[in-house]
Amino acid sequence: MFAFCSDPASLDGFAWLTCYITTSKHLQLYYAVGTVLLLLAITAPAALAFGFGGAMAARAHIAPVRWFGKAYIAVVRGVPDIAFFLFFVIALDQAFEWARHKVLCPDWDQPIRQGNDFVVCQAAKLPLGSAPQWVHESYGFLLAVLTFAIVFGAFAANVLFGAMRAVPRAQMETAEAYGMSRRQAFWRIMVPQMWVYALPGLGNLWMVLIKATPLLFLLGVEDIVYWARELGATANPRFTEYPHGDWRMWYFLGLMVFYLGFTRVSEVVLERLMQRLTRGQATTGGEAQRKAA
Amino acid sequence: MSCLETIQAYGLRAIGIGERLLPQDNFTLCEQVTLIGSGLIWNVYFGFVALVSGFILATAVALGKGSSNRVIRKLSEWFIFVFRGSPLFIQFFFAYFFFLSLKSVSPFFDILTAAWLGALIVLFLNTAAYSGEIFYGALRSIPKGDVEAADAYGFSGWRRFRRIIWPTMLRLAWPAYTNEAIFLFHATTLVFFSGFPVWQQRGDALYYAKYFADKTFNPFVPYPILAGYFILLTLLVISVFGLINRHLNRHLPQEYRRKLSLRMNLIR
Repeated sequence: MFAFCSDPASLDGFAWLTCYITTSKHLQLYYAVGTVLLLLAITAPAALAFGFGGAMAARAHIAPVRWFGKAYIAVVRGVPDIAFFLFFVIALDQAFEWARHKVLCPDWDQPIRQGNDFVVCQAAKLPLGSAPQWVHESYGFLLAVLTFAIVFGAFAANVLFGAMRAVPRAQMETAEAYGMSRRQAFWRIMVPQMWVYALPGLGNLWMVLIKATPLLFLLGVEDIVYWARELGATANPRFTEYPHGDWRMWYFLGLMVFYLGFTRVSEVVLERLMQRLTRGQATTGGEAQRKAA
Repeated sequence: MSCLETIQAYGLRAIGIGERLLPQDNFTLCEQVTLIGSGLIWNVYFGFVALVSGFILATAVALGKGSSNRVIRKLSEWFIFVFRGSPLFIQFFFAYFFFLSLKSVSPFFDILTAAWLGALIVLFLNTAAYSGEIFYGALRSIPKGDVEAADAYGFSGWRRFRRIIWPTMLRLAWPAYTNEAIFLFHATTLVFFSGFPVWQQRGDALYYAKYFADKTFNPFVPYPILAGYFILLTLLVISVFGLINRHLNRHLPQEYRRKLSLRMNLIR
C-alpha cells in the first residue's frame, strides 16, 4: 500500500508492521469489520420491526393471530439460538427456492426431495447459476440478516410486549375518556410511552446482538472470524512476503478488544439515551430529573 | 437395523462407546434421535461441571466486587467486564489458540487443547463472570435489617456470612441464576463450532444435528429433534432449580415466597 513496502524482506520493526497490516488481505479483514457493522445497522431496525409486529400480534383480538404471536415469542425460549441460526439459513433458502419453483416451473413432475437431494428447476435456483459472484455473496448476507432479524425479533417482541403492558392503565383509560378509538389510543398514547419501559430490555438486546455477530461465521459469510483464522495462521515464506508463525491467538485477542470497546461505547450511549427518554415521564427516574432541575 | 440395535450401537457414540462409523446414508428417524441424544451427554457434562465449579468462583467474584479493597474490587470488575463484554464464541477461539501456543512451550499443556478440558475452562470462567454479576446484585439488595439483626445476635465475620448473608444472597439471586443456568446449557452448543476439534466424531448434540442436516440437506428433521431435547433439558433445569428455590425460601411465610419467574433471556 505504501511506497516503502515494495521490499518487505528489508524492513523490520514498526515499518514492517505498518506494511504487514496494510496488505490487501488485511484490507479485506477491515472490510469484514464493515460487514459486521452493516449487519448490525440493518438487523437492529429489522429485528425491532419484527418484534413490534410480534408484540402486536400477541396482543391481537383475533385468536389465531394472538396464538401465532405468543408462539413466536415463546419458541426462542428453551432452544439454543445457534440451532435457530443453522436451521433458518437452510430452511429460508429452501423455502424461497420451493416457492419460486412452484411459480416458475408449474409443469415439473419430479419430486423436489429426491433422497438426500433438494432439486428444483434451473430457473428457480436462488441466486441463478449464471449470476455474478457479488450476487451470491449478497444473497448469503441477506439470508443471514433475515435469520438474525427473525431470531432477535422474537427477543424484541418479548421486550415490547412487556413494555406495552407496563404503560400505566390510567393513561389508556384517560385516552378512552377523551373519546379516542382503540387504534388511536394505541398509536398516540401507548406507543410513545412504552419506549422508556422497553429501553433497558432493548439495550440488553443490543448488547447481545453485538455479541452474536461472530456467529455470521457459521452462516458461511466471510466475516472477521474467518479472516482472523485465515490471516493468523502460520504464513510460509514460500507463499507470502510477510512470513510469521501462528498468530491466530493475537488476532482473536484483537477481536476480543474490538468487541469489548464496542460494548463499552454502547453502554455509555444507551445510558445517555435513557437519560433523554426518562425526561418528563411518570417514573421515579423522571421524577428525580424533575427535582434535580 | 432395528431401532433397539441402533440405540445399542449409537446410544453412547458421543463418548466413544459402540459403533465407530457414523451412519452414512438412508438415515432413519431412530438413528437421528439416538445420535443427537447421545451428543447431549456432552452438553450436560459441560453445563453441569461448569455450573458447579463456576458457582464457587462466582461467589468469590461477587464478594470481590463488593469488597472495600481497591485492588480486589478492580480485579473482579475487570474479570466480569472482560467475560461479559465479549462474545463467548470469540472467547472459545482465543482460548483454543492460546492453549495451542502453550502446547509448544511444554507438552504438559497438551491436555488443554482437548475440548473436554479446554472448553470447560472457558465455560467455567464465563459462567463465573455472569453469575458473579447476578450474585453481586443480590448482595447489594440484602435487606439492611437482616444484617443488623445478625449483628445484634453477635454474629460476625465468617459465621455472619455463612449463616445470614450467603443464604439471603442465594435466595434473592436464585430466579436470575436459574436463567443463567438455562442459557449456560444452551451456550455449550458453541463448543464444537469454535476452534476445539471434534475427536473421532465424538461431538455434542448440535454437532450431530448439523451432521444430519448437511448429509440430507433437510433441516426440518434433525433441528426439531435437537430443539425437543433442549426443551426437555430446560424443563429439567427449571424443575431442579425450582426445588432448590423452594428449599431456600422454606422459612418464609407462604405469600412472601418468591416464585421462579422465568424471564426470557439472552444469549451471550
